[in-house]
Amino acid sequence: MNKTYPALAALALAFCATTASADKIKFDYWYGLSGDLGETLAETCNRFNASQDKYEAVCTGYDGYELVVQSAIAAFRAGKAPALLQSFDAGTADLMMSGQFYAVTQMMKDYNIEINWADYFPGIANYYASSKGELFSMPFNSSTAVMYYNTDDLASVNMPAPTTWAEFDATLKALKAKNPEKCSYGYEPSVWVDLEQYSSINNVPLATNNNGYDGLDTKYVYNTTSAVKHMEDIKGWLDAGLAEMKVSAGGMNSQEAFSQNICSFFFGSIANHSSLNLKHADNLHWDVAMIPTETAERHNSVVGGASLWVLAGKSEEEYRGVAEYLKFIATPEEIKFWVSNTGYIAVTKSAFDSLTAEGFYSAAPYKGREVAIASLTATEPGPLNRGFRLGSMIQHRAEWLSEVQAALAGQKTVQEAYDTSVERGNALLEKFAKTYAGKTLP
Amino acid sequence: MRRAYFKNNWVAALMVAPQLLIVFTFFYFPTSQALYWAFTLEQPWGGGNTWVGFDNFTAILSDAYYWQSIWVSIVYAAGSTALAVIMALTLAIFADRQLAGYKLYRVGMIWPYAIAAPAVGLAFRFIFTPGAGMMMFVNQVFPDLWNPVDNGTQAMAMVIVAGAWKQVAYNFIFFLAGLQSIPRSLIEAGAMDGARVLRRMRDIQLPLLAPTFFFVLVINITDSFTDSFGIVDTMTAGGPSRATNLMVYKIFNDGFQGLDYSGAAAQSIILMILVIALTFVQFRYIERKVHYT
Repeated sequence: MNKTYPALAALALAFCATTASADKIKFDYWYGLSGDLGETLAETCNRFNASQDKYEAVCTGYDGYELVVQSAIAAFRAGKAPALLQSFDAGTADLMMSGQFYAVTQMMKDYNIEINWADYFPGIANYYASSKGELFSMPFNSSTAVMYYNTDDLASVNMPAPTTWAEFDATLKALKAKNPEKCSYGYEPSVWVDLEQYSSINNVPLATNNNGYDGLDTKYVYNTTSAVKHMEDIKGWLDAGLAEMKVSAGGMNSQEAFSQNICSFFFGSIANHSSLNLKHADNLHWDVAMIPTETAERHNSVVGGASLWVLAGKSEEEYRGVAEYLKFIATPEEIKFWVSNTGYIAVTKSAFDSLTAEGFYSAAPYKGREVAIASLTATEPGPLNRGFRLGSMIQHRAEWLSEVQAALAGQKTVQEAYDTSVERGNALLEKFAKTYAGKTLP
Repeated sequence: MRRAYFKNNWVAALMVAPQLLIVFTFFYFPTSQALYWAFTLEQPWGGGNTWVGFDNFTAILSDAYYWQSIWVSIVYAAGSTALAVIMALTLAIFADRQLAGYKLYRVGMIWPYAIAAPAVGLAFRFIFTPGAGMMMFVNQVFPDLWNPVDNGTQAMAMVIVAGAWKQVAYNFIFFLAGLQSIPRSLIEAGAMDGARVLRRMRDIQLPLLAPTFFFVLVINITDSFTDSFGIVDTMTAGGPSRATNLMVYKIFNDGFQGLDYSGAAAQSIILMILVIALTFVQFRYIERKVHYT
């Protein structure tokens, strides 16, 4: 019963305060990446510390974004928060409403550090900016969803990578006809790919108020858009055996099914590019393409991953250290280090251009990652492609998943499932608006 | 009966103080906070809250899916408790009969309790995976018979088995201790009167084991309501379509992941009331039938 109370966490944190030598000015940085990605992030801290004689970043990794945000909140309420926090897309709305952060553009201005904000890809920068366009957090590990496909399988049916869902449908049928034993499309329900990215790419609204950017009295509307038809298509493929469920609970998720050459298609984050490179069946040849569209018209996809938030209530010295760190990771060399050791994309145009000029993207193992940039920059982001500024996003994602599972198991139609999910999502948004009654989105 | 007591109350208070301090810091204080949050809308990053009275409770209790979550929790509690008690009792009776190798077995049986719930979940996820684990062989004989990914009932059965398995070790210790404290003379007397093993079990051992049985029952039910989210998290994440969305897992999801502190606090209060009520019922109606020797 006492699980909701952060006293324990705060207490533990108090003991965890660093004990190393106090020559340098230290600041805390908490991040949510784990595994290989987490180690690479820790390496950026080491590189920063080695380059510095004045400041030291004390970096602490957590197992997942939810956990790091939760821990930071507990610590923040106890006055022990880190100065810098890696927070994910779904945590953005709460942080923005709270106002308990130091906008990076303001901070860099205050400490006279020159950063060319216009250099950031607008699709990335917009997600973390206020409705007036001021960038609140530092874009860092950015990704987007892409389509991974087995080149041998597509060659066997003489088809190029599909660019529309109609072509995708035809490809699945051709693959099934050619090789009925093979799983054509390993499907794993993903609200991020199937609904959020879909809505942005096809320029349909997920919610009113321009996906929540213009106010808190927002309602979900995706049960009235072509997103419903798309989900019905997916269900149709599953029912017809053109796609198969590949989820962890069944022993193998869609990425594993693709990398083991069991399924021909996989939809996921470009961040998986690096792990697919490192680990895949020897006989698998694969490539990446943009996610298909409904019509020939394509809009930019939404940025995923996380950004770095500077939290409020820290000393000026710590902020100077944080500013140095952010300046450090924004340098072209560091962007290159980060991008080449993970699957994430270059967040600035200049870094992307210089990497392209060096031939970084034209040879294995990095070839294919430019597709993510192409997808993010397909168009200038319009009101429906900036991203989503919605409260209680995690809970909405859980509602969506439960309803989609019910629809895929045949307990209800896709339309009924989406209606319920929207209705429950709206209740969450209403509650979120009530929680922040009297406040407006910055 | 003679009672021992402290003549100096200050010494007594001093002795009790550390324990009370711990109880207040880690139980009463957080509970009172949860109670307060349950009646407000709390902003996760601080910055204030609004008093909303019973709004959080009415929102939760008018939600059909929440009632489903309560139902699912009751099914889980009943299922895992029954399974864990029956299995532990059977194993303890065998250990008590001192069959070959019982000493080794006695120690080995205690281990599962030391395994963390998420690890249990992972192990059982492998066992019950339709495509790769042991259940794959069942599916080869009867295609598509076992599929907890789509089938909520099977997913629930899977979680119950994993939860019960973890609890068996704990129950086993108590049952074995209980059985060993039954005077041998009683059993021997029964044997001399011609009662066979099953008869002695039914008429001597089980009735004398009633206090242990009652204790284990209360602990198991409470535990299955409050300490099951690790298994659910690794095995099913509450799915498919909420079939294993236990109350405590929903609290974890809404509060820890969704940052809905007020909703989670209100759910905690409801869960607390439910567990208190269940324990009360058990003490009121079941304990009456228990005879302490």
